Amino acid sequence: MLHIVNKSPSERNAFDSCLRLATKGSAVLLIEDAVYAATKGTAAAAQLQAAMADLKVYVLAPDMEARGMAGRVLEGVNLVDYGGFVDLAAEHNTCQSWL
Amino acid sequence: MDEASEGVVKKFMFLNRKAPYGTIYALESLEVVLISAAFDQDVSLAFVDDGVYQIVKGQHTKGIDQKNFSPTYRALEGYDIEKLYVEKEGLEARGLTEDDLLVDVTVLSAAEMANLMAEQDVVISF
Repeated sequence: MLHIVNKSPSERNAFDSCLRLATKGSAVLLIEDAVYAATKGTAAAAQLQAAMADLKVYVLAPDMEARGMAGRVLEGVNLVDYGGFVDLAAEHNTCQSWL
Repeated sequence: MDEASEGVVKKFMFLNRKAPYGTIYALESLEVVLISAAFDQDVSLAFVDDGVYQIVKGQHTKGIDQKNFSPTYRALEGYDIEKLYVEKEGLEARGLTEDDLLVDVTVLSAAEMANLMAEQDVVISF
């Protein structure tokens, strides 16, 4: 399953819920304000780092760049463009958007 | 014009708590701040929680097809809006320092920010 999160981890609990309920081997794609979860020095990044043992984590690069966070990306996450977003959606049978 | 109210300067604070681009709040706040400059009031901007992300350096929005409004914060000085405050705890929780910001700000502790809020006549929240 592909999990998509678009809310800031320091404003909503969508990111927490996603990590709690995503099963091993799932993919997590962070877009819009959720990209802050993959920036170094945050509590969310520490959670994400731990979760990466079981989950594949992707981040939408244009959203990272828009927010001035391109230089602060947590190691180990995979940056994708809009084409990569489409590929991920096509590769997985189901998508769960954590609105 | 009501003569009694003419020339009264009130302390206005714009309290910014949302990240830019994901929602419209940050841009709307900036629009209202610019309008407020026309009224010669005592204006302060406060950035707390995700609001600190609004003034992070190096924003490049070409890839998301949205206007990059971050340079506008640097123009506020030209409108005599020079009181910008950032909550220290908000910066630290996001792994940021004052050097990551694109404008000169005063960094305040939560307690200092609370006192500053308490002395305002009007607080407008975004």
